Amino acid sequence: MSKKLAIIATKGTLDWAYPPFILASTAAALGYDVEVFFTFYGLQLVKKDLDLKVSPLGNPGMPMPMGMDKWFPVLGTAIPGMESVMTSMMKSKMKAKGVASVEELRELCQEAGVRFVACQMTVDLFDMEPSQFIDGLEFGGAATFFEFAGESDICLYI
Amino acid sequence: MANYDQELDASGLNCPLPILRAKKTLAGLQSGQVLRIVATDPGSVKDFEAFSKQTGNPLLESGEEGGKFVFLIKKA
Repeated sequence: MSKKLAIIATKGTLDWAYPPFILASTAAALGYDVEVFFTFYGLQLVKKDLDLKVSPLGNPGMPMPMGMDKWFPVLGTAIPGMESVMTSMMKSKMKAKGVASVEELRELCQEAGVRFVACQMTVDLFDMEPSQFIDGLEFGGAATFFEFAGESDICLYI
Repeated sequence: MANYDQELDASGLNCPLPILRAKKTLAGLQSGQVLRIVATDPGSVKDFEAFSKQTGNPLLESGEEGGKFVFLIKKA
C-alpha cells in the first residue's frame, strides 16, 4: 500500500502556488498517492490561464531588491504598479535560478497522477465557470476531501 | 565512476526538478540498469539520498565532478 498525502491549497498568489505543487509532484515521484483540494483563492492555481502575482503589500518578510524596503517602508509597498514590478522580478529571478514555472509543476503533478479537486462551493460563490479550469479537475465538497484525507499519512493545509 | 546505461543532465535545474526528471527517466529503464544524473543544485545531494531510500532504488555513488554533483542510481 502506498502512502497518501492530502493537501488543501487555499492561497492564490505566485509565491504560495509553489508549496502545494512542489510537494505534490515530489510525493508522487516518491510513490505517494496524492490529492490536492483547491478552495477559496487556491482555485486560482487550477485556472487554465494563470495570472498569478506576488505582492510586497502586507508582507514584511519579502526580500526587496536594491534596498527598496528602506526607501519605501510599508506604505511604499502600496504604490500602484509595485505588484506587477515585484511579480516580474520574481518570475525572472526564478527563471535565472532554474526554478520551474507553476504551469510546469502543475503539469508534472497531473502526469504523475496527482488528483486535483476543486471546492464546488467556492466555485459557485465566486461565480466561476467550470470551463475556466484545467482538464482533469474534479469538483467536490468537504466530504470528498475527507474521504481521501481520512486515510492519509500526511495532511497539509497551505 | 562505474558504468551506466543512461545519463540525465539536470544541470541548472532547481528543486524539485532533478528528482522529478530522475523519476521519469528511471521509469523507462529496466530493472538492474543504472542511471547517471548530473546536477548543480546543492540540495540534490541530500535529496537523491532520500529519494533512493524512499523508492528502494539503490544509490550506488554520490560525488562531485568538475564542480557538479554526480549520482548513480540503480533501478530496483
